[in-house]
Amino acid sequence: MNSHLRCAVTAALVGSLGTGVLSGCGGGAADGKDSKTVTLVSHDSFAASKAVLKEFTRQTGYKVRVQAGGDAGAAVNQAILSKGHPQGDVFFGVDNTLLSRALDNDLFTPYEAKGLDKVPAAHQLDSAKHRVTPVDYGDICVNYDRAYFEGKKLAPPKTLADLTKPAYKNLLVTENAATSSPGLAFLLGTAARYGDHGWRDYWKKLRANGVEVVDGWEQAYYDRFSGSAGGGKGDKPLVVSYASSPPAEVADAKSKPAKAPTGVAAGTCFRQTEFAGLLKGAGNTKGGKALLDFLLTKRFQEDVPLNMYVNPVREDAKLPEVFTRYGAKVPDPATLPPRKIAKNREPWVKAWSSLVL
Amino acid sequence: MVLARSVEPTEPTEPADPAERPAPAESRERGGLRGAALRFGLMAVPLAFFAVFFAYPVAAIVTRGLRADGRWHLGRIPEVLGDPSVLHTLWFTGWQAAASTGLTLAVALPGAYVFARFAFPGKGLLRAVVTVPFVLPTVVAGSAFLGLLGRGGLLDELWGIRLDTSVWAILLAHVFFNYAVVVRTVGGLWAQLDPRQEEAARVLGASRLAAWRRVTLPALGPAVAAAALMVFLFTFTSFGVIQILGGPRYATLEVAIYRQTAQLLDLPTAAVLTLVQFAAVAAILALHAWTVRRREGALRLVDAARTARRPQGPAQWGLLAGVLAVVALLIVVPLAVLVERSLHGPDGYGFTYYRALQSAAGSGGTFFVAPVDAIGNSLRYAAVATVFALVVGGLAAAALTRRAGRLVRGFDALLMLPLGTSAVTVGFGFLIALDEPPLDLRASWVIVPLAQALVGVPFVVRTMLPVLRAVDHRLREAAAVLGASPLRAWREVDLPLVGRALAVAAGFAFAVSLGEFGATVFIARPDLPTLPVAVARFLGRAGQLNYGQAMALSTILMLVCACSLLALERIRTDRSGEF
Repeated sequence: MNSHLRCAVTAALVGSLGTGVLSGCGGGAADGKDSKTVTLVSHDSFAASKAVLKEFTRQTGYKVRVQAGGDAGAAVNQAILSKGHPQGDVFFGVDNTLLSRALDNDLFTPYEAKGLDKVPAAHQLDSAKHRVTPVDYGDICVNYDRAYFEGKKLAPPKTLADLTKPAYKNLLVTENAATSSPGLAFLLGTAARYGDHGWRDYWKKLRANGVEVVDGWEQAYYDRFSGSAGGGKGDKPLVVSYASSPPAEVADAKSKPAKAPTGVAAGTCFRQTEFAGLLKGAGNTKGGKALLDFLLTKRFQEDVPLNMYVNPVREDAKLPEVFTRYGAKVPDPATLPPRKIAKNREPWVKAWSSLVL
Repeated sequence: MVLARSVEPTEPTEPADPAERPAPAESRERGGLRGAALRFGLMAVPLAFFAVFFAYPVAAIVTRGLRADGRWHLGRIPEVLGDPSVLHTLWFTGWQAAASTGLTLAVALPGAYVFARFAFPGKGLLRAVVTVPFVLPTVVAGSAFLGLLGRGGLLDELWGIRLDTSVWAILLAHVFFNYAVVVRTVGGLWAQLDPRQEEAARVLGASRLAAWRRVTLPALGPAVAAAALMVFLFTFTSFGVIQILGGPRYATLEVAIYRQTAQLLDLPTAAVLTLVQFAAVAAILALHAWTVRRREGALRLVDAARTARRPQGPAQWGLLAGVLAVVALLIVVPLAVLVERSLHGPDGYGFTYYRALQSAAGSGGTFFVAPVDAIGNSLRYAAVATVFALVVGGLAAAALTRRAGRLVRGFDALLMLPLGTSAVTVGFGFLIALDEPPLDLRASWVIVPLAQALVGVPFVVRTMLPVLRAVDHRLREAAAVLGASPLRAWREVDLPLVGRALAVAAGFAFAVSLGEFGATVFIARPDLPTLPVAVARFLGRAGQLNYGQAMALSTILMLVCACSLLALERIRTDRSGEF
């Protein structure tokens, strides 16, 4: 930090003289071009253990530098905008809802990462060209507040159809599909179940049953949902969140309860798979390929759940205890082909907005 | 008429605008050329700064939207403008900003008076506290506000009032965020107005109201207008407050631009919306310049410490009590909700969340560094950004004080534009414009304070300018006649008088930089997160520990902000001894 401080003072003193000086201070810019460093560009939810990243350095000699900007959508868009002058070598964090946009913009150099044979075919959405490598997956599902339903002696909902029943009137809060990624995923899930037009009727019923829509996941989960330990006093026992939210609720607790305070309605889930790819114009192609290989190693894959609260794509990666004990089994999640999502996203969100808001 | 003139120590025959006041014939000839050269010199740095770090990036992202394959595609403009939902958004954006500004002025002007004229214990602390909302990430403050206005909130429990689904929640939250802008900008100047002028008017037979209307109000006019302008621009580009308290039914232009840019990557539409926003902001700026120019004049400024005294009589005590009650309800209670949540752990009250902040491992992998490091990062970034903002804004204000032509006034407006520009436009603009040597700053830490300074500069200019323009021109001329160079005259005449304004400006620039989120989130490195970025990262995850740590970091952000501002107040007190 010392050099930063010195730089700050210098920059402050001469900052008024122009910009040349400032860019000279960009010590960070220099390490990006170093052939011993590989830069991973991602969204701000990316996380990995220090020890695991050190392991990569030990194995390959490359140091990982992470550059993140905004949420998943913003990060992909930034990568597209800086095509040709990429911010780094590998991009991580494009999911199936955004995959077509990234591929249509020709963002990635094909590379077949080692270890793909251990990844189920269902996750390999670009298996013909290998422009992207699947790394993790997660499900967006309705979560329920266990205490509420036990207190009311009411069975929690299991499927999308349940949510429109009078027993669950005014209980569900979801996110704006136009501004929130779980909100969009939930909409896509209903479209996958009820078809290109049927989803509209479903949402009409959901609306009649008193669904509440807020703008972001934070407000839905912490301010409106009654099952989250953190946040305000919400009064909605059903919320659209992640299948991994129940494990997250107990992960930090000192004494582990028998059951998580929240549960997952397994029939309401939509699956998102996240991919990584080698950026076109990368300064360190070799290092980038090594990093892609590393993302599929057992070491990295087993580190994924507790860092990003998603599941590893590798079949033989072992899940931590909080996931096996408190996580939900989602046997049959809804999915949609990326191309279909790309084509319908905007019109569907528009139709949804005028229908529900 | 006698009364009105008493605030203008300049010769009454002259126009009030110092810009148009003729200089003595001799100095005009010598000073004309030299003045122009000086003005150009002063303006060069701010101009270069804005050209490179604002105009160029914003132009780059707008051009990317409107130009493809070497041709302009302007067909999108009428298409977007004809969309009724865009017009609806524009209408809502405009009226909520106007209403928020009006409400903020109504609530905060009595506060400005109380802070300027009354001496009471804990005043410095309270002045720092009211500025705290200004730095809080809107996600956090919005959630705290729900604790006041929402279901089960304080108002609900006391009187069964719920405002969280109405537009009132948005307006009140805007007051919460912008109270300090009015108190600091207007109160700063008010404290330095000589109360004897108003007293003289009273002695001469004016009623209390008439004395205030004809003596104090004209003198305060420019500062009130400046504060109103800043509040308007801030609320016009409001993002988080609208999302959290307004819900999906309310959207501002800023929300629309964010969606088009960061989510849909529909750059043509985003570009048109950005241009619409520019047009609206430019209209507001023109209106502001027009109203202010007619009012500005030299004022007699005195030491602020001499004008404040203990309240006297039931009316003054009542006013003080009223202002304190408003501050308590509107500002202190929501902040207290945050502090309470940061201390309320799974096993009762304690410092669990604060302890968890100390290690990277305790955050469950959310961070590459211990979250407490964000404090250091934030302070360093904000300090550098403040220096940038003071240098750029100070020079600009100095240039704008001098006799100004049309060009200079345009420059004044230009400096305000960043406040009225979407953060996502700036953030994305930086990424695509500053991507080639010698300006490849994308991976450099300095890009963060640069983006933050962009928002700080307007505050510096707007705080300094009314005071600088209030400095009697004849003092500078006297210095020049006595042989002082313009630089020396500025140092000996202007600087001592504006020292207080400089400290206020530094406080603003620092607070704004500390709280900047919209652009920082796109450009800050994950191993060097700022406090607001770290808070957002914690809030994006489920789990009590994550939520608690977000609240703990927010509380730390509040404390850091309050302590920094208190330290600045101290410098200011020392400074004002020079009067």
